[in-house]
Amino acid sequence: MGKMIGEPIKRVEDQRFITGTGEYTDDIVLPRMTHAYILRSHLAHAKIKSVDTTAAKSADGVVAVFTGEDVAHINGIPTGWQVNFTDGEVMREPKHPLLVKDKVLHVGDGVAIVIAESKEQARDAGDLIEVDYEELPVVVDASKALEAGAPMVHDELSDNRAFDWQLGDKAATDAGMAQANHVTKMKIRNQRMIANAIEPRSYIGDYSKARDQYTLYTSSQNPHVIRLLMCAFVLGIPEHKTRVVSKDVGGGFGSKIFHYAEEALVTWASQQIARPVKWTAERSEAFVTDAHGRDHNTTAEMGFDKDGNITALRVHTDANLGAYLSTFAPAIPTYLYGTLLQGQYVTPAIHVTVNGVFTHTTPVDAYRGAGRPEATYLLERLIDTAAAEMGMDPAELRMKNFIPAFDGVDQPGYQTQVALQYDSGDYEATMRKALDVLGYNDLRKEQEEARKQGRHIGIGFSSYIEACGIAPSAVVGSLGARAGLYESANVRVQPTGKVSVHTGSHSHGQGHDTTFAQVAADHLGIALEDIEIIHGDTEQVPFGMGTYGSRSLAVGGSAIVKALDKVKEKGAKVAAHLLEASEQDLEYVDGKWAVKGTDKSISFGEVALASYVPHNFPEGLEPGIEFNSFYDPANFTYPFGTYIAVVEVDVETGTTEIKRFVAVDDVGNVVNPMIVDGQVHGGLAQGIGQALLEGAVYDESGQLTTGTYLDYAMPRADDLPSFEVDRNVTPCPHNPLGVKGCGEAGAIGSTPAIVNAVVDALRPLGIKDLEMPLTPQKVWAAIHNANA
Amino acid sequence: MKVSMTVNEVAVSHDVEPRTLLVQFLRENLGLTGTHVGCDTSSCGACTLIVNGEAVKSCSLLAAQCEGAEVTTIEGLAASDGTLHRIQEGFREKHGLQCGYCTPGMIMSSVQLLQRNPNPSDQEIRHALEGNFCRCTGYDNIVKAVQWAASQS
Repeated sequence: MGKMIGEPIKRVEDQRFITGTGEYTDDIVLPRMTHAYILRSHLAHAKIKSVDTTAAKSADGVVAVFTGEDVAHINGIPTGWQVNFTDGEVMREPKHPLLVKDKVLHVGDGVAIVIAESKEQARDAGDLIEVDYEELPVVVDASKALEAGAPMVHDELSDNRAFDWQLGDKAATDAGMAQANHVTKMKIRNQRMIANAIEPRSYIGDYSKARDQYTLYTSSQNPHVIRLLMCAFVLGIPEHKTRVVSKDVGGGFGSKIFHYAEEALVTWASQQIARPVKWTAERSEAFVTDAHGRDHNTTAEMGFDKDGNITALRVHTDANLGAYLSTFAPAIPTYLYGTLLQGQYVTPAIHVTVNGVFTHTTPVDAYRGAGRPEATYLLERLIDTAAAEMGMDPAELRMKNFIPAFDGVDQPGYQTQVALQYDSGDYEATMRKALDVLGYNDLRKEQEEARKQGRHIGIGFSSYIEACGIAPSAVVGSLGARAGLYESANVRVQPTGKVSVHTGSHSHGQGHDTTFAQVAADHLGIALEDIEIIHGDTEQVPFGMGTYGSRSLAVGGSAIVKALDKVKEKGAKVAAHLLEASEQDLEYVDGKWAVKGTDKSISFGEVALASYVPHNFPEGLEPGIEFNSFYDPANFTYPFGTYIAVVEVDVETGTTEIKRFVAVDDVGNVVNPMIVDGQVHGGLAQGIGQALLEGAVYDESGQLTTGTYLDYAMPRADDLPSFEVDRNVTPCPHNPLGVKGCGEAGAIGSTPAIVNAVVDALRPLGIKDLEMPLTPQKVWAAIHNANA
Repeated sequence: MKVSMTVNEVAVSHDVEPRTLLVQFLRENLGLTGTHVGCDTSSCGACTLIVNGEAVKSCSLLAAQCEGAEVTTIEGLAASDGTLHRIQEGFREKHGLQCGYCTPGMIMSSVQLLQRNPNPSDQEIRHALEGNFCRCTGYDNIVKAVQWAASQS
């Protein structure tokens, strides 16, 4: 058995996906299953004067119709993180009802659910429901929602804030700014994004009257958390009699972390009608009901001394939270944002203030990167702009300010000004590698030559850091998390020596079936084929906190390693007994326990069999080999890297062509380099999408004007280049695999690299800043105005 | 109304509502759930399959329009002994998929591409797959998967 960790093993899950035999939630058909349609508000803010369901109830095939009135007694959707006001006032958490009874607060708010024999019948009947609305004034922008006299989202509150928040040292930051020779100040809009996993959300509630048990099939990134939230906080049904199953899930990118009203609705409705109820979002429905991401209005200032050393950073952000607090919403613009403002730099003083603001829009929560892209974007735009203003090279200005290398073992972790302690890092090394891969000096010359020919080439940098491996429970608990963020694993050795690994992590594209099997095969020295990874079912997996925040391998993988260690520990006892040797004299090599210095050995399979047929077994030892473990990380992990984009802007059309994209990441140790590269590619595509193409736009009346794929421009194959990815390895010092996480890196680092490149291309025309997305129209207009 | 066609070399016939889309007919009447639905505007390409030799988005056709047609879905692409089509192999070989949801449509579009252009360039592949969204891979490995498949002919 060769070494498995570090090998680009082809994915074992691919067989079902390439043959069309994956099992996504909408593929599931249960006996007597009904279909639900949800009637949604087409208005952003309106009082419901009446709802008439008479005609719908008597329509063909209709089984039941429920309105906000019918579910008014049920609790709302809870929030998993509490961020109190800086003056001590408790975070404001207005009820997020399953269906609205009195007042709709965003386009897409659910008003009624129709359940029928077929999807078409449910939808047809939905059209027969008469809702009488009284329209009310609307506010969609976070900063405008804070102005005096702005329309209120929740009437019972004194203003539209859910919380305000600050981090860092204000006095030191004021002093650092006062000492600065140069201050770069920018207004930065990080636009609203929509995750748009290609599989729309889909749920089936299935209540068994015979056993008084509930099953929810859900396209979720974390089935155990959904079970806990739905059972304990929303429906008040017993957790031990509720099973939540998330089989194959078609992408998530954050949007499938959260507990959604429709999950609780189909589960509750199934109990009401004693039949299974399926609901699958249509895409246009997904656009207005999947939690959105980003949406920050920010003012940021960075001070520098005369040599270009950063003296201070001051940031204020109005973060749009939408109409209700989604599951992790309060954490994203605070503890996953402000805490990353150190970046890779030795900035001696940082102060950040944030308003979390309600508006008449779809709730905003984590989207790939979640807070960390927003932090990285403003830092990297500031430093690039500062370099231009001070006449310095952007790579040199970064390197001048980088935190010196530290491995977290011989050198301590790096204590930031914003609460975190980085685990290990060598920031200059990834920058230097990226410069080498790019051939930076030659490119600057080419850029000069091109400018003489009237061609506008730009080179843009981004040096990012992120906090992943989320997260040490005690730390996040002290910061307002209402959950622990450990992970669990169960390793069950079968009598034949085959191994079932149950993990609380959830794969929706990340390839855990392969990566986790590599970890187990490597540790046990057995064949990959002899290992099965099982996830996404609360009845099979002991517990789970799910997959998000690039945490699966760092936290879930570590839990698996802990359970594997217990397996080997017990196996050694059995082997020692059968080999009539002492445990100290054994070594475990290539799937065998061998007596050191002899040819006596016993295989893993033989020990497994002996453990289930314990005719000759150590006295006092229980038969069987199966272990659970829970792993609570000691710290976050801190992947980092430097990305460089090379673009050419056609000044006649405003079109940006990405000529090259170099990404050098350091994500710690790598289990499967093929999969890690793939994760980086996908992240890059989403980050580039934000820079150039994507953006959710609300009009003043609260209508989402980008509510279809015809209006919301996601990257297509010919919008993107081939990526040049490379990596360094600085192992994580505090988890057994030395891994840091790679799921979000690309989305965090790529956005500012692209914008910096476009601005670099256009700077000779007098353009200093552009607001994302950099569509041809926007770029053309900026060029036109600059020339005017 | 009654609709009959040949799907993956099997003759099938069902009574359906006239408004039934081809993709619904396959998923709901035939239980062929390998063809996926990702949007409601014929934009995403997840439902792409082959009808009478042409790659089409099966959300943009009524089942009734396919009366008598020869349809190949992802379930019918591999040989009857299970030997994968070279494009299926290419997607696995080059890690051209992650969550797998867009994959059937992406593979079916690629089948059409290689039929029309056996040795496409990077740009030709990107252009030909423009009608298919993938949110996971960033497309780079999909392009490599198609190139790998092309090299196997």
